[in-house]
Amino acid sequence: MTTMTDPPGQGFRLSQLIYDTRYRSLTIQVVAMIVLMLLFSWLVSNTIHNLETLGKDFDFGFLTQPSGYDINQRLIEYDSQSTHGRAAVVGILNTLLVALLGCALATVLGVIAGVLRLSNNWLVSRLMAVYVEGFRNVPLLLWIVLIFALMTEGTPAPSAFRGDTPSSSMLFDAVAITNRGVYIPAVHFASPFFANGALNWLLVLVVLGVSIFAIQRLRHWATEKQEATGDRPTTWYLILGLLILPTGLLMLLMGAFLDLPSLQGFNFGGGIHLRNSLIALWLALSLYTGAFIAEIVRGGILAVSKGQTEAAYALGIRPGTTMNLVILPQALRVIIPPLISQYLNLTKNSSLAIAVGYMDVRSTLGGITINQTGRELEGMLLLGLFYLVLSLLISGVMNVYNASVKLKER
Amino acid sequence: MKNTVILGALTVAGLAAGAAGAATLDDVKARGTLNCGVSTGLTGFSAPDANGVWQGFDVAVCRAVAAAVLGDPMAVEFVSTTGQTRFTALASGEIDILARNTTWTFSRDNDLKFEFIGVNYYDGQGFMIPKELGVSSAKELDGATVCIQTGTTTELNLADFFRVNNISYEPVPIETNAEAQQQYLAGACDVYTTDASGLAATRASFETPGDHVILPEIISKEPLGPLVRHGDSEWGDIARWTLNALIAAEEYGVTSANIEELSSTPTDNPEINRLLGTEGELGAMIGLDADWAKKAIMANGNYGEIFEKTIGENTPIGLSRGLNAQWTEGGLMYSPPFR
Repeated sequence: MTTMTDPPGQGFRLSQLIYDTRYRSLTIQVVAMIVLMLLFSWLVSNTIHNLETLGKDFDFGFLTQPSGYDINQRLIEYDSQSTHGRAAVVGILNTLLVALLGCALATVLGVIAGVLRLSNNWLVSRLMAVYVEGFRNVPLLLWIVLIFALMTEGTPAPSAFRGDTPSSSMLFDAVAITNRGVYIPAVHFASPFFANGALNWLLVLVVLGVSIFAIQRLRHWATEKQEATGDRPTTWYLILGLLILPTGLLMLLMGAFLDLPSLQGFNFGGGIHLRNSLIALWLALSLYTGAFIAEIVRGGILAVSKGQTEAAYALGIRPGTTMNLVILPQALRVIIPPLISQYLNLTKNSSLAIAVGYMDVRSTLGGITINQTGRELEGMLLLGLFYLVLSLLISGVMNVYNASVKLKER
Repeated sequence: MKNTVILGALTVAGLAAGAAGAATLDDVKARGTLNCGVSTGLTGFSAPDANGVWQGFDVAVCRAVAAAVLGDPMAVEFVSTTGQTRFTALASGEIDILARNTTWTFSRDNDLKFEFIGVNYYDGQGFMIPKELGVSSAKELDGATVCIQTGTTTELNLADFFRVNNISYEPVPIETNAEAQQQYLAGACDVYTTDASGLAATRASFETPGDHVILPEIISKEPLGPLVRHGDSEWGDIARWTLNALIAAEEYGVTSANIEELSSTPTDNPEINRLLGTEGELGAMIGLDADWAKKAIMANGNYGEIFEKTIGENTPIGLSRGLNAQWTEGGLMYSPPFR
């Protein structure tokens, strides 16, 4: 039996857009795109319409107006006559400060807790499990408020340090722990090279950096010598000298002296004032994120095959050295990518600062400035943009680091 | 994936569409309740009592407006707002009226696009400090740590006061009055500053109010009043004249005790008759019943009664009338005529 079929004479038909698999996916994508664009344009026009109804315009001019409010913790010059823009910068720096401190401490805590949770010591591993589960499973805000309340209620007021028989005294006459924060000694220079204090510290850091570089060269030289002759020269006194002498001489030259905190009027004066809000936020963020990092570290270590450990032991390497030289370098490849997202989380979570009155960018630009100027849309857009840029920067930097430790494929 | 994006976009759109249209009166009537923004709890002004019913001086304004518009003083949905969230709540239409000891300023009226409907309490910013510190003037506060509610006019006044007097201070920004109280009592700040009435109310709730003094300096003018959104004049008029009715009622001697009697038959005083709706068409002019003012006054009594009941000298807060007495008694409370 033969079937005679006409070859499909006609070309493209409209129905092919739906029934022909060659075109169908394209059709769906185009339709979805149009719907999405319509939604976005409706969103924008709705915003514009609502702004018009309220009689508001869209204007960033408020950033150049005087802010009128004071900020307690400021890393740059700022007073109530400065602009809202500068207030936002003060807030941004405060956010960066707590994020930086938080990421550093969280990493240390996380790595220690993660390694110890795998310890063969029953007590240590259980303790770490309690820490991880306790902090991971209670909301961060509660930890922030709890630590802040402990510090406010559990420590003495500055007035307790006053009088002939004070009920509280300073640690080593140098550190005062009060319910307004911790006052620690500061280093000042009597005869600085620069009028600007920050530049002096930069100089000290540069010298310290050069010293560290020199130490590395020294070690390199010692290793080469060891490889050539089998004899490693004694270098510890050279290293110590390189580390301390140049920096110490420079600071002596600039007349460094310790500025101890002391009671002045209502509060302690002098020294560095670490406010309770900063400490509470920093500790809570670090402990909370540290618990997550501990799990990531534990996962990373478990991902390294047990054969690696056994091989190291077979070569006679001790457990601590095995962890540092064999396991952790391999585990890093697994650890880094999820670690990036924990850093991002910590940075974004720092916006909970308002709970303890820490003046981060959310409290200055996103709080008081918006409240005093009524520029909600502009302020929130700027705030969103700042967190977006910061997060992208952090993940960009961490990705570069990740590329440097990941398995090299050639 | 595509679904989530679209749902997300819809949610955002829904939030953006929240801003209400112009006819607040129709919205309130259709809803059957008045959404009123109050503080998170300031004894005497707005705080829930033991039964969870909101009571206080600012709350009474909301109840009066609800009574005038809906005939039921209890038909109020109270929304707690902090110093930072209050304006957003009002601008977005979440609340119809904000009665939360808010200072009437030029920029709030014009730049933030709100409409202050009057002043229900003339106040000024003061300082409270423990007696044991031995401070007798705010000018001696150099170097003090000051607790302050963030997002308020007091924050700006404080900065101005210390700058003008060339003395330094350390601000401790705080969200709510309750937190400020806790910080102050723990000694984490030396001084608490806010409106003098708020200080009195806060001090009244302390265990030993006598250990704390309110310094004599009043560093600012703080006319506190309820406010509504800009652009809905009808609704603004209703709120404004409800407040005026409460003030006028005190002036004419209309109290919750004699209001039934005064409104049953026209009296000799035509102003009372117009106020209570037994003469003239004032109610219809603002789109309400003829006896709207009567219902508003019956909710909590007249202005003087509300004052005495919530924050007056016989309450723990113990504020005297001072500037808030009737103009006939040397105060600033003055209602335009009901004519």
